[in-house]
Amino acid sequence: MTDNRSNIIRVTFILIGTMFIIKLFFIQVLDENYRLAAENNVMQRLIQYPYRGLVYDRNGELIVYNKPVYDLMVVPREVVMEDNSEFCKHLAITPEEFEEKMEKAQNYSWYKPSIFLKQFSNEGFAAMQDLLVDYPGFYIIPRTVRAYPFKGMANALGYIGEISKYKLERDTTKYYRQGDYVGISGMEAKYEEPLRGKRGVKYRMVNVRGLEKGSFKEGQWDTLPKIGDNLISTIDINLQEYAETLMEGKVGSVIAIEPATGEILSFVSAPSYDPNLLTGRSYSEYYKKLSLDSLKPLYNRPLMAMYRPGSIFKIIQALVALQEGVITENTRLRCNRAIIACHGPHTYENLKGAITKSCNPYFVQVSRKMINQGVTDNTYEDTRIGLDKWRDHVASFGLGSPLGIDLPNEKGGMIPNVAYYDNAYQSKNWKFSNIQSISIGEGENLVVPLQMANFAAIMANRGYYITPHLIKAIGENKEPLAEYQKKNYTTVDSKFFDVGVEAMAEVVRSGTGQYRAKLADIEVCGKTGTVQNKDRPDHSVFIAFAPKDNPKIALSVYVEHGGQGARAGAAIAGLMIEKYINGCTDRNYMEDYVLNGEFIY
Amino acid sequence: MYGSKLHGGLRSKRRIHLLKRTDDIKASKLDWLTILIVIALALAGWLNIYAVVYDSQLDQNIFDLSSNSGKQILWFGISIMVVSLIMIMDFRFFDSFAYPIYGLVVLLLVSVLVFGTVVSGSKSWFELGFIRFQPAEFAKFATALAVAKFLGKAQIKRDQIKSWALAIMLVGIPAGLIVLQGDTGSALVFSAFVIVFYREGLSPLLVLVGIIAVLLFVLTLLVGQFYLILAIIIVAAILTAIGKRTSKKIRTVVAIAVVTIGVVMSVDYIVNNVLQPHQQNRVKAFINPEADPLGYGYNVTQSKIAIGSGGFTGKGFLEGTQTKFDFVPEQSTDFIFCTIGEEHGWLGSFILVSLFVTLLLRIVFIADRQKSNFSRIYGYGVASILFFHFAVNIGMTIGLFPVIGIPLPFFSYGGSSLLAFSILIFILLKMDAHRMQVLVH
Repeated sequence: MTDNRSNIIRVTFILIGTMFIIKLFFIQVLDENYRLAAENNVMQRLIQYPYRGLVYDRNGELIVYNKPVYDLMVVPREVVMEDNSEFCKHLAITPEEFEEKMEKAQNYSWYKPSIFLKQFSNEGFAAMQDLLVDYPGFYIIPRTVRAYPFKGMANALGYIGEISKYKLERDTTKYYRQGDYVGISGMEAKYEEPLRGKRGVKYRMVNVRGLEKGSFKEGQWDTLPKIGDNLISTIDINLQEYAETLMEGKVGSVIAIEPATGEILSFVSAPSYDPNLLTGRSYSEYYKKLSLDSLKPLYNRPLMAMYRPGSIFKIIQALVALQEGVITENTRLRCNRAIIACHGPHTYENLKGAITKSCNPYFVQVSRKMINQGVTDNTYEDTRIGLDKWRDHVASFGLGSPLGIDLPNEKGGMIPNVAYYDNAYQSKNWKFSNIQSISIGEGENLVVPLQMANFAAIMANRGYYITPHLIKAIGENKEPLAEYQKKNYTTVDSKFFDVGVEAMAEVVRSGTGQYRAKLADIEVCGKTGTVQNKDRPDHSVFIAFAPKDNPKIALSVYVEHGGQGARAGAAIAGLMIEKYINGCTDRNYMEDYVLNGEFIY
Repeated sequence: MYGSKLHGGLRSKRRIHLLKRTDDIKASKLDWLTILIVIALALAGWLNIYAVVYDSQLDQNIFDLSSNSGKQILWFGISIMVVSLIMIMDFRFFDSFAYPIYGLVVLLLVSVLVFGTVVSGSKSWFELGFIRFQPAEFAKFATALAVAKFLGKAQIKRDQIKSWALAIMLVGIPAGLIVLQGDTGSALVFSAFVIVFYREGLSPLLVLVGIIAVLLFVLTLLVGQFYLILAIIIVAAILTAIGKRTSKKIRTVVAIAVVTIGVVMSVDYIVNNVLQPHQQNRVKAFINPEADPLGYGYNVTQSKIAIGSGGFTGKGFLEGTQTKFDFVPEQSTDFIFCTIGEEHGWLGSFILVSLFVTLLLRIVFIADRQKSNFSRIYGYGVASILFFHFAVNIGMTIGLFPVIGIPLPFFSYGGSSLLAFSILIFILLKMDAHRMQVLVH
């Protein structure tokens, strides 16, 4: 009996041992979860943010770079602080704020660091570093924010900021994480991918208190961050700054393009803001101020502000009519002011004269010839066919739809088509007399300033344009971007452009007072485009290119409520051309006129 | 004739001399297998104590006396001295002085309640200058000696409840005193004597009742009171329905069912009212460690993660991360098995478990070959105590038992336990070496 019992005891010992060995086999060999949990315990994944790419202007001048700032971090577990009043005083926060921030950090984790206070400047960092010796649990990590040596072109450059929840949820690439910085507007947004580079990841081991204990698996999983690509902009920062100065105290835009390449030389949206203030700690306060400003400095006028094209449109009408063969450059038409009002002492002009004098009746009659070519006997049907044809021609000048500049939020303006009038009149029974105001750039036509600058470039190129753009090369590759090499031809033959160019030259030479754009040594071609406003002064609009032969610069100037195009518009255009081609101007009186004139209402 | 007488006298003298020599030879016949296993365990334990706190960034010496591994060496020395003392003592000493030793230890247990130092919630330590020791550790071998002495008496009537009650009292007194010190874990070790009692004739029915009660307790926590009661009623109904329906049988079935349901219903009460909050948490952690992995389930969860991450061959000596970076609590004492599991994997764990099982079987083998009741029963006492420590300590680290803070014998860091286990096992080895002399005695 006792032998039996001692056997039972032996068997019990063996059973327990076997049970352990089997259970151990399950958790050690069969179940992967424990290994993963162990790695999870000790492994800390550190994201290594690469430097965002820099931006240079066309002459190699640095216009966007990264500036170091410092975040104050806290590990709640390690904090020993009986009295926080001294600490708060140094940080310029109240004890309540301190408690609030501390609680937030504790809620996140007791062991892992979280941001206590964001983005100290260099000076703040120096002061903090001495102080922190006495406060365990707090430490500082460096980060970078964007900085801009030149205050200008904020709307073109755009800004970066923490990714929004909305964007994060819609990020199909799954690249971004909460708290990441992304380009929010301007070229920062458009060129986000090359600029951001590629994050690196470093795995390290930590103990239960979060102290570093060396690299994980000798760093075999680590990846190095790839620095963002630098961008080379088409902007001439000197010209840009000059343009910004000229636009001070005004509302509007100035866009200058190199016609042969489509490269944008300056891109001004006025009023603007200081891009440096949309970084770092001042971001939210300044952003709020900007969005509440009645002059809307965040509104990117060159791309978004839509105006009627006004008289400038007459050049397009002339070119299309020539192409359609309904007139020749010698066609003279009576200035019949019964059809529509006109201005100035003229009665019977040829095409060039009509453009120079901006004769309204002339172009209404030309448009009628274009649109009602008598293809069918039905006037309505004939108008429809004519309008379609006309619209195709106009669209080839880059109007009625976005051009495709490398910036977000570009508007396309409006060139009405058949469907538009069908809808507007709720029937198909409309004819030329119903729509004749489009002949002189009024009525339903709408353009944005960029399209008008591009039109100036088309005139300069005698018939084609290259999509305007702000970036010509990315990264090491110094070659121009392929997508901005293509010549977009208009539907109008190059030979018809000469008369338009001649007319534009004549406008500046001896036109209705556009002498402000006239230069002694450079032949400037230009056209006013006064946009009339009810109850308020007109918008002063001027487009120009120069020199007439082998043009170097084409531009559009919009000064809202600046009066006639011949005033602020022509003056600024002239100064810009002079500055760009000659490098300087000696017409100080003209600068004074622009800077001191009352152009804001 | 004379000469022959003289010769005969000489011969008998030589015979005595010879007898004495064989005695000496027998006396030196220690069970070296047991000793080898003990030394292997102690050395492996020592390396692991070093590994636990090893930090590659610091230059640490395994012999550094300020570290645990260094201190453990001192305790090796002390234990070897005490063991040597046991070896040169008369083997009959332990039999003769079983009760006085027991009495002395009980006295120590009482006085520690008065003069003791509180260490991590238990008032169970004496402080003598630079050395601290825990009388509870020594109560184990003393109780084993007393139980052996009591049950070993020839005149003891093993079929009488009274004898068993006295034996249980011998175990219960030190256990109760240790509970009073606040060291429930060490007190629970004394329940291991049930194995000794079973071996010595206690009705297996009583043992079975105990096991079933424990099983019911655990099942209630796992399954829930309602379902268990339902199951008991269904089983009782089936038992009543099948076979002959004698009134005696029905009465028995109903009685058993009522008692079991009573046990089941008392579980909630015991857990909530009798157990202290930390003990309640350990029970909860055992039932479902994932319920609160950062709270009461933390120890078990982290311990399993450390062991589970070891894989088949382990991460290698000094390469463990979970134990080294303090994710596992009490790693050099109660949770030392985690280091083995993590650094030496399943293979290392297998070897360690096998070593322990071999040691236990060897002790049972030694116990069974004793000629005297006293040393046999003492042998079973040794086996039972070691078994309880082994089973509960490893069992808790892998989630098979609730967390009870007791060391792994010879392996865990700690002087008192190392010394006490050495005394426990070497008393047996000493008596085993002299087992052939018992007849002479």
